Amino acid sequence: MKIHEYQAKELFRKYNVTTPKGKLATTSAEVEKIADEFGLPVVIKAQVHAGGRGKGGGVKLAKTKADVTPIADSIIGMTLVTKQTGAQGKKVRKVLVEEGLNIKKELYLSIIPDRETASVAIICSQDGGMDIEEVAAKTPERITTVNVSPVTGIQAFHLNQINFGLELDKELHKQMGALVRNLYQLFVDYDCSMVEINPLIITAEGNILALDAKMDFDSNALYRHPDVVEMRDIEEEDPAEAEASKFGLNYIKLDGNVGNIVNGAGLAMATMDIVKMAGAAPANFLDVGGSANAEAIENGFRLIMQDPAVKGILINVFGGILRCDNLANGVVAAANKLKLSVPVVVRMEGTNVAEGRKILAESGLDLVTAKDLADAAEKVAQMVK
Amino acid sequence: MSIFANKNTRLLVQGITGSEGMFHTRACIAYGTNVVAGVTPGKGGQKMDDVPVFNTVKDARKATNANASMIFVPPRFAADSIMEAADAGIELVVCITEGIPVMDMMKVKNYLATRPQTRLIGPNCPGLLTPGECKIGIMPGSIVKPGGPWGVVSRSGTLTYEAVHQLTQVGFGQTTCVGIGGDPVNGTNFIDCLKAFKDDPETKAVVMIGEIGGHAEEDACEWIKENMPDKPVVGFIAGLTAPPGRRMGHAGAIVSGGKGTATAKIEAMKASGVHHCENLGKMGELCKKVFKG
Repeated sequence: MKIHEYQAKELFRKYNVTTPKGKLATTSAEVEKIADEFGLPVVIKAQVHAGGRGKGGGVKLAKTKADVTPIADSIIGMTLVTKQTGAQGKKVRKVLVEEGLNIKKELYLSIIPDRETASVAIICSQDGGMDIEEVAAKTPERITTVNVSPVTGIQAFHLNQINFGLELDKELHKQMGALVRNLYQLFVDYDCSMVEINPLIITAEGNILALDAKMDFDSNALYRHPDVVEMRDIEEEDPAEAEASKFGLNYIKLDGNVGNIVNGAGLAMATMDIVKMAGAAPANFLDVGGSANAEAIENGFRLIMQDPAVKGILINVFGGILRCDNLANGVVAAANKLKLSVPVVVRMEGTNVAEGRKILAESGLDLVTAKDLADAAEKVAQMVK
Repeated sequence: MSIFANKNTRLLVQGITGSEGMFHTRACIAYGTNVVAGVTPGKGGQKMDDVPVFNTVKDARKATNANASMIFVPPRFAADSIMEAADAGIELVVCITEGIPVMDMMKVKNYLATRPQTRLIGPNCPGLLTPGECKIGIMPGSIVKPGGPWGVVSRSGTLTYEAVHQLTQVGFGQTTCVGIGGDPVNGTNFIDCLKAFKDDPETKAVVMIGEIGGHAEEDACEWIKENMPDKPVVGFIAGLTAPPGRRMGHAGAIVSGGKGTATAKIEAMKASGVHHCENLGKMGELCKKVFKG
């Protein structure tokens, strides 16, 4: 689960990770008031769950009093398009107003779990403010990574590796060490799946501050962080995806026109792939669960039918624990209830498959039965052409 | 022959009195698995059908000499259950539970490094099944066929069923089918399974099913190239059309920072002599071509 920059910075401050002075605003009048309070210049930053805000025109510096209102007006209410938002962009509803600082150097710092070594990886670079993937590809020697075991925690040598890796002035070592230690503690305490500061700045006065803040949390651990759950901004999420999460379904909207209903995440991805291979494009990823029931199928149908791009639906279910005859009854019930307006191809396999196919064939519904997965993909691709 | 579990496996079930645990324990018993004990703290002395229930894994092991455990404990308690099983000296721990926090699994993994006698499979996995001998987990017993020669290892549940079903349809049996799970931090990995299949004389060929996220598939391909030239491997990778930065159902299935893509994994397969299956619908046919038996 992602949160906004201003929320991440609140958590940073709680852990003594220094951030610029800042306040949240939703109108240009509020922005003006904050600018008066802080003094100029101020930085006005769009608060949306996406990276690349600066390039998209969502982060601007107001140097004079006359700049403040026009800049605030241009950002609040704008539809911000960045490489992470997709072409439809994201509407900006709030901005973070921060004091302008005298930046001497920009660094990069992030913390992520390292799956292969079961440790916490702290990644830093002196090339802050840039796309870190690009730095990693072009000049990997300018990136320092340390792996911290969550059992023993962060040690002095980890901090040394970071300080010397960043080629920091000796007098900054203590300050940086404390910042990294605090940020690591925040990461662990809050079950984060990512903390990223890009850039982490050193000011002319010799202070190290988090100019930006991105945080993502392990959704499996949210039960122990009610304060993080409070920070969820449902308006930043795709409405259909938010609705799916209420039913316990995994739904991700894509750009194609073949709706998919599949049981199991791996099979759902493989179904998307095979639809593409047959010459069509998947409209979604939808995993109704390895042991899906009729209700899950009905909710899946409803979600997919809300997407106007969908011209055909492919149901691909491998009945293991769930028997195919039960599944077929569920499909028929859902199709009758929802009055489907697009063709549906059903491919089912597994326990009691003969009975299941018979139920579908005798239902009187316009359901196309496929004999196997390859056949199903070809049939549905043909229909949406 | 088989890997990890066979007719001599003596299984205990952690979380046997919950609805999932009860349902799947019965299915395992019906398949022929020797379930010797259950564990639910506070319910020691009771019985689930004919299976005696104990308060701790230690008690259960002492009384029944169980050597394997199947875990159906809810996610917030599952990491603890894995460590409890390892502490009691259980050799094979299969954790079906989905949704364990990554931080908990990291601690488990570090703990297991001090308990080398214990092998963990999962979490977030369908378990494993040695056809005709032993089923641990939730794989449907109806789709498998005993006798080998194929070993199956996979990160995904229903995708495993798909592969196993197709093998059975074209007339091939399986030695053991192992689901290693869809979480980013798990116990047994592809290479562990491949090593075991290599050492199993009845396994003559292997199906390996991966998906986006991490680089376990790439590591496995590297290992295959160096160590297993004599047993053909058919490989499939799910997620070619998955958008980057999105978690595709499984906690571990995500392309981030340009890493963990299906394309990279498929290239690794091709470069290491693994027979890449492009069309999942035709996996059975490909297996027939690759291994004539």
